[in-house]
Amino acid sequence: MDEIQSLLQGFAIALTLKNVALMFTGIILGVIIGVLPGLGGANGVAILLPLTFSMAQAPGGTTSAIILLSCIYWGALFGGAITSILFNIPGEPWSVATTFDGYPLAQKGRAGAALTAAFTSSFVGALIAVIVITFLSPIVASFALEFGPPEFFSVYLLTFCAFVGMSKEPPFKTLASMMLGFALAAVGTDPVTGALRLTFGTTHLLTGFDFLIAVIGLFGIGEILLTLEEGLAFKGAKAKINLKIVLETWKELPKYWLTSIRSSVVGCFMGIVPGGATPASFMSYGVARRFSKDGDRFGTGMVEGVVAPETAAHAAGTAALLPMLTLGVPGSPTAAVLLGGLLIWGLQPGPLLFVEQKDFVWGLIASMYLGNIVGLIVVLTCVPLFAAILRVPFSVIAPIIMVICAIGAYTVHNSIFDVWMMLVFGVLGYVFKKLQYPLAPLVLAIVLGDRAESSFRQAMLVSQGDMTIFFSNALVGGMTGLALFLLFWPLILLTVARLRGR
Amino acid sequence: MSQSSDEKPAFRVRAAEIVMAGVFLALGAIVIFDSVRLGIGWKEDGPQAGYFPFYIGAIICISTLINLLAALAAAMKRNPTFVEVGQLKLVLSVLVPTAVYVGLIGWIGIYLASALFVALFMRWLGKYPWWKVTAVAAGNSVVFFLIFEVWFKIPLPKGPLEALLGLN
Repeated sequence: MDEIQSLLQGFAIALTLKNVALMFTGIILGVIIGVLPGLGGANGVAILLPLTFSMAQAPGGTTSAIILLSCIYWGALFGGAITSILFNIPGEPWSVATTFDGYPLAQKGRAGAALTAAFTSSFVGALIAVIVITFLSPIVASFALEFGPPEFFSVYLLTFCAFVGMSKEPPFKTLASMMLGFALAAVGTDPVTGALRLTFGTTHLLTGFDFLIAVIGLFGIGEILLTLEEGLAFKGAKAKINLKIVLETWKELPKYWLTSIRSSVVGCFMGIVPGGATPASFMSYGVARRFSKDGDRFGTGMVEGVVAPETAAHAAGTAALLPMLTLGVPGSPTAAVLLGGLLIWGLQPGPLLFVEQKDFVWGLIASMYLGNIVGLIVVLTCVPLFAAILRVPFSVIAPIIMVICAIGAYTVHNSIFDVWMMLVFGVLGYVFKKLQYPLAPLVLAIVLGDRAESSFRQAMLVSQGDMTIFFSNALVGGMTGLALFLLFWPLILLTVARLRGR
Repeated sequence: MSQSSDEKPAFRVRAAEIVMAGVFLALGAIVIFDSVRLGIGWKEDGPQAGYFPFYIGAIICISTLINLLAALAAAMKRNPTFVEVGQLKLVLSVLVPTAVYVGLIGWIGIYLASALFVALFMRWLGKYPWWKVTAVAAGNSVVFFLIFEVWFKIPLPKGPLEALLGLN
């Protein structure tokens, strides 16, 4: 049981006073970020990433830095539920499904029960995902140590094709958005030949587009502009939560154990395969409605309807770190930002991490257990406080969020040009959202573009331009085949539907 | 059909789709153009620098054309509102001041610019009394100053005001 021993070592690293303090800071910041419109897991972590530059320089500092940032992520996952249930405004896209039953529950005066159910099932989902990470990631990593360029490219291909096959947006819009990301990633110095690409003589573009800027603009500014359309006021239910309500709800929850397990499985699967937390929460809500004996009453305020999406969203959000750590391929935009953090701190994500940076990896995994316990305590005790943030009028909170985004964009490279780019990405994010162009594949393509291209070109060099290298053995062939299957999945669905229609 | 002028559509989805497709096509064309300049074939040391981006640009153009056709076909049946006049006004009332704000950062520093930006919002959209506006706007900038310059030692752009106060 190597994993158990490594994990215990990880706990020893994570349980220092400094790291536990960072956990609390991260979770509280994360919940605030999750509650505020326009700030979410991805751009919240992106904005705070520059603050960790100096922290990561100290010995063992990278572990502290990743604990802080990952706890912000957990906090944001918890926070999304608060706004969905109390205000019927999903703070995060993966909380949309939580509003279906959460808000009706709050209207019936059972907001406390809905919140307790949401937080507890988030915790359960995350816990199951962390257990999966603990035992599965060393296996995946040791397996991936044997990977060459063709295998890595097929993993990237699988990631991106999964987006086309699984997103609910039109497939060609997903494709266009993704390719725009690749094009933006290509700007700057070509990693192989050193030639300047797409810079057209401007010095600003020499280093290319930084995805952190894109994330802050697309998810931050874009989201604020969208929120603005809805008007300036939030109307919300009162949050009352006390020990009695918590205990009563906890008594009710074990009834839904089957829903929890199903949702965790859906969540873990969708997190590892880059489907992401949002489709996972919808899928698990749909599955729960179908299998529950109260399925017809879903949408009227059923606790089970809160349990299902929250468990899946949190499981998926957590499981998204598995491919990020073991393969260097993030499963969600926030995981992509964390991956960017690792690169900036000088760590090479991928299978070697498990060999060369044992303390970092296991410290992080141990902190996931602890961080989620801390998170559950923080959200259960402080809900009214967090809900009060949303009662701050929009005309005060919106400009402050804009300022935070601007500062975040500036600190990435200390350049005002980046702040302008953030604004451009903000408008792009607004239009994209309204026209159903998905943002996640765009961000992931900016992050992974250079690496995907390098592995493709290295594979091509090995095979002298022969594409069959991507089918040269069972492993790479299987992954490429699965990728192509997912890519053409929408087309297959369409054909089947046409044939049935006749 | 009596609509107040604010609920009238400013743009419809078809127009927005066409504009977006135009942007995509232009970007795709730029990518292809530059890739061809760099060389999209093979040299003795492997694929040239434009090899990979060329296909990226090509896929952008092809999928955009399909999106455009789909959007036009859908818009033949019904063409829903992309954004209402009132919504657009709200969005622009945030976007334009933000652009001015970003412009001011390089000129008068981020702290003063942020204070002015917050103050403008609170006064104009929130109609708060001046004392509240001043307190929040100044307090906000002071807090950010403490966080970034004092605790994390990350210098942000400063202008004449900070020079006057000797904070550089």
